Amino acid sequence: MSASSPTDLGADAAADAASDAPAISFRDATKVFQTPAGELRAVDSVTLDVAAGEVFGVIGYSGAGKSTLVRLVNALEPVTSGSVRVHGREIAGLPEPRLREVRLGIGMIFQQFNLLSSRTVAGNVAYPLAVASWKREDRRARVAELLDFVGLADKARAHPAQLSGGQKQRVGIARALAARPRILLADEATSALDPETTQDVLDLLRRVNRELGVTVVVITHEMEVVKYLCDRVAVMEGGKVVEHGDVYSVFARPQHPATRRFVSTAMRDRPSPAALERLRHRHPGRIVTVAVREDGASANDLTRALREHPVDGTVVYGGITEIAERPYGSLTLELSGTDDAIEAFLADLARTTTVLDLGTADAPLADPDAVGPRATGLATSASASGSASGPAAAAGGAR
Amino acid sequence: MNEGTDWDYLLPLLGEALGDTAYMVGIALAVAAVVGLALGIGLFVTRRGGLRGNRVVFTTENALINLVRPIPFVIFVTAIAPVTIALGGSRIGREAAILPMAVMASVAFARLVEQTLVALDPGVVEAARAMGASRWRIVWSVLVPEALGPLILAFTFLVVAVIDMSAVVGIVGAGGLGDFAIRHGYQRFNWEVAWVTVGLIVVLVQVVQLLGNVLARKALRR
Repeated sequence: MSASSPTDLGADAAADAASDAPAISFRDATKVFQTPAGELRAVDSVTLDVAAGEVFGVIGYSGAGKSTLVRLVNALEPVTSGSVRVHGREIAGLPEPRLREVRLGIGMIFQQFNLLSSRTVAGNVAYPLAVASWKREDRRARVAELLDFVGLADKARAHPAQLSGGQKQRVGIARALAARPRILLADEATSALDPETTQDVLDLLRRVNRELGVTVVVITHEMEVVKYLCDRVAVMEGGKVVEHGDVYSVFARPQHPATRRFVSTAMRDRPSPAALERLRHRHPGRIVTVAVREDGASANDLTRALREHPVDGTVVYGGITEIAERPYGSLTLELSGTDDAIEAFLADLARTTTVLDLGTADAPLADPDAVGPRATGLATSASASGSASGPAAAAGGAR
Repeated sequence: MNEGTDWDYLLPLLGEALGDTAYMVGIALAVAAVVGLALGIGLFVTRRGGLRGNRVVFTTENALINLVRPIPFVIFVTAIAPVTIALGGSRIGREAAILPMAVMASVAFARLVEQTLVALDPGVVEAARAMGASRWRIVWSVLVPEALGPLILAFTFLVVAVIDMSAVVGIVGAGGLGDFAIRHGYQRFNWEVAWVTVGLIVVLVQVVQLLGNVLARKALRR
């Protein structure tokens, strides 16, 4: 299957619709809704590039403006001000008939699937082909090809109501891909699914990206989705993109309080204040949290330091997982030994990794990230090499 | 009970009344199905935040419907007589009853269609827009098919309401079952005739409702 679109989006000669143009490019994109309570800036001066061929994640808590941001891409919501370019073509201010052409080149899937319940599975997948005026026999062949791709060839004649959630979303994906779009927008596509089905759908989305070369934009509040799928990620809060960069940088060294809150609630590798209280109850000694990162801050350093110093360490909390196929996590230990030995041990460890001292049960020290948006903490004090770009900087298009 | 009910005389008249009712109800419903559906879709599409929000069109249509709907039908039938005459019809008779019935049924159905469409999941409309479908395509390929089951039930409700309307058009000499029950039953203290006619209307309504339910279930069985 080729990923080329039947509608050539490079019609605008002035636009640099060359192959290296970003798939999506926001410049000061702003969306204001008029509500009874006043103006709501759902998307506030967002400047961002999504490179062709990447999987780009947009995360944030609900109400952050994620859904509105992706709807600017296919102009389901037109921008109030600023610019949105799709493969180099400016879509802000395009009249409705031109927008429909743009939409044919952009697939979209939804949290609630939004399948047409009056049509069969095949009928749903054929719908965008009818919109794009495909010939009947071409439509049939394309539908068969797509249902095969998503593994639902045997369900062609079924109605959506007869399918499970995961199957419905696979139909949604087949339908979104039908007219050979170059971009796929996924709006919380796995949020209504159970974990196992989520994995199936994520696998499918990864194939869509890798095998078909489709640029995928996923909105999610689920860490698993970002960890598994995304190359780069943008964090939204209050309509603004507060941080963006490659997934590992953003999560290993979050710069913005919103990102740090998101990471700490999503990763659960560090004890919450309540869990820390219980830990202190069981382990009255010195408690420290050691970050485990790819760049030097590995568990090996911990093992070495424990061997070289007259200090005993017991892991009492933590976890190590992968983000973007690289190690990420932290271990919380109770240390026992003389005070001097512990200080020497911590100083040694701090040369290569980040250590957060939580004190003892008698002299506790708080986790600065747990209480609120403070500037210091485990995550930010890590080595700054290759850290995420700040909110003002636009990420480069090419990877 | 009236020993002397002359069914030999009344039965053909009852058949004629049934025919009149079927004729008037049929034409009024045919008009309402088309006009009411169009008006209802118009309301849905032009409402604020709709597919093609248009305050002027919505407000005008909404006001017109609200103007007609609250008029008691028995008054509306007589009040609309000048219009009926102007359109080349007669002030009395079957044809005189069809215009008010069709108008009232259309505005009633417009509201029913609007309600049905408002209840539709807006997600499917959004999905169709995202696929590049035009507004007109969305109306006929998404709104109507997705709402077909509820629309059939709404129309069934309308059929019963229009049969109900037909019962009072005797006042403009339009005949029909209602008129028959009043003239040959109520006004002659012949309760037997009145109740037989009422029974016939009840059976008619039951059959219509049953048919509507079956069709709606068929449309919803997915």
